[in-house]
Amino acid sequence: MRKVLRSKWIKLPVFLLCLGPVSELAWRALHHDLTANPIEFITHLTGDWTLRFVVITLAVTPARKLLHWPELIRFRRMLGLFAFFYGLLHFSTWIGVDKFFAWTEMLHDVRKRPFITAGFTGFVLMIPLALTSTAGWIRRLGGKRWLALHRLVYVTAAAGVVHYYWLVKSDVRKPLFYGALVALLFALRVGFWLASRRSRPAGGAIPSGITTAETA
Amino acid sequence: MLIKRAVEIRSSEVTPQWLYVNRRQFLTGALGVTAGALVGRALKDVVWPAQRVQAESTLKVAQKSPFSTNEQVTPFNDVTHYNNFYEFGVEKEAPAKNAQRLRTSPWKVKVGGLVEKTRTFSLEELQQLAPLEERIYRHRCVEAWSIVVPWIGYSFNTLLKEVMPKPEAKFVAFESYYDLGQMPLGRYAGIPLPYVEGLRLDEAMHPLALLCFGMYGQTLPNQDGAPVRMVLPWKYGFKSIKSLVKIELVKKEPPTTWNLANRDEYGFYSNVNPNVDHPRWTQAKERRLGDFFRRPTLMFNGYADQVASLYSGMDLRKYF
Repeated sequence: MRKVLRSKWIKLPVFLLCLGPVSELAWRALHHDLTANPIEFITHLTGDWTLRFVVITLAVTPARKLLHWPELIRFRRMLGLFAFFYGLLHFSTWIGVDKFFAWTEMLHDVRKRPFITAGFTGFVLMIPLALTSTAGWIRRLGGKRWLALHRLVYVTAAAGVVHYYWLVKSDVRKPLFYGALVALLFALRVGFWLASRRSRPAGGAIPSGITTAETA
Repeated sequence: MLIKRAVEIRSSEVTPQWLYVNRRQFLTGALGVTAGALVGRALKDVVWPAQRVQAESTLKVAQKSPFSTNEQVTPFNDVTHYNNFYEFGVEKEAPAKNAQRLRTSPWKVKVGGLVEKTRTFSLEELQQLAPLEERIYRHRCVEAWSIVVPWIGYSFNTLLKEVMPKPEAKFVAFESYYDLGQMPLGRYAGIPLPYVEGLRLDEAMHPLALLCFGMYGQTLPNQDGAPVRMVLPWKYGFKSIKSLVKIELVKKEPPTTWNLANRDEYGFYSNVNPNVDHPRWTQAKERRLGDFFRRPTLMFNGYADQVASLYSGMDLRKYF
């Protein structure tokens, strides 16, 4: 398995797999199968996948450590950028299709509707992360600062869960499920951090992600 | 002396030699075919999702109604495959899939409480109380989408006059059918069930309030509230209770399901009102299914001329 993860061909199938949801949209659009309310369907599908990709991206480091598969780091940037990609689709659907560039109406919504405020916050916080995802930016910022900045992804994840929770009318099982996942992943990170502090009491802890951060 | 002979094996029961020799391949092949069939079926469901509307029986309409709008009617397939009926799941496509197991015959509706003549009607008796009319109404969901539906039924006040409310009756309480056996997803609805609704007596007496048995020239499909429901076009859709089994005339304002679930968001009246937002989203606009752009929502869903007088002098922000 680790050999597969190390191979240089593996990234292409993972990339194609990540395009699955948007291909489903295209397929359904071509077959007039976007339900009776296509705009809502597109909004929900892209929103679901944004949150899923955020969770998958957050799961990379815990999975690396628990499975002893350090190679998984090779996919983290791609997965994170896909989270941003689906977030962008979700956000553009809202701006361009649902509200049709009615800026005042949207500003009003961002200020007045808590679920939109939360979703908007989560999306906006992803922008600096996407921009600084290149090797050049990691170098320019320096490992520690880059890592600190990219911890914002936890805020995005939390905002995404809250956005979903405040949106549903009555059945909160799905938002709670995502909330539990994010909480678990966060707890794991705190656990790793505590463990590394105990094992290295004297020297400063080496930031875990950056040493192997994708540069290829 | 009796000599037992082995039971003769008929030649038809003998496994042919080719099959015996290749029995392993045969088993693998059979497994492969089964797996292939399963995958194929799953794929088919993805590519051609089943259109699950059972064959409805036609419903004779005696007359058209002056209450009908001449707006374009929403396609039958949209109305039957995009709606809320939480007893059958909370997704919009869920009722079409899951409501087919609802048994709608025989069906009885109990009418009682503060009335002179308590009575349990069979569906057939109810249908024969008055000539059936077709009424094309706008229908506005609290979630800011809307449809135009040709309903079939008669004014609910016909039934009220039949059972004769007592003078002390001030409200009408409605209750939906609920059976976990036929509605197993009801336990995840997140709202208290059975579904209950209510109207002030004068609202219930209003001729626009429809006791409905069908739509699009047919009896109601299960997912749209078969076999009998209410339709209240000037109120948000959730007030129009589906699959009715009980009607009671009462003295005090009865509890209503969405109000019980969240009283800050769903009031007893729930009249369509573009000026009073849902706490979490605007009610100023709506998307008519099939339209690309949202359109402005009208006061009382466009029925202000008929019903506004019922609420004169009331603060509609308070009594939302």
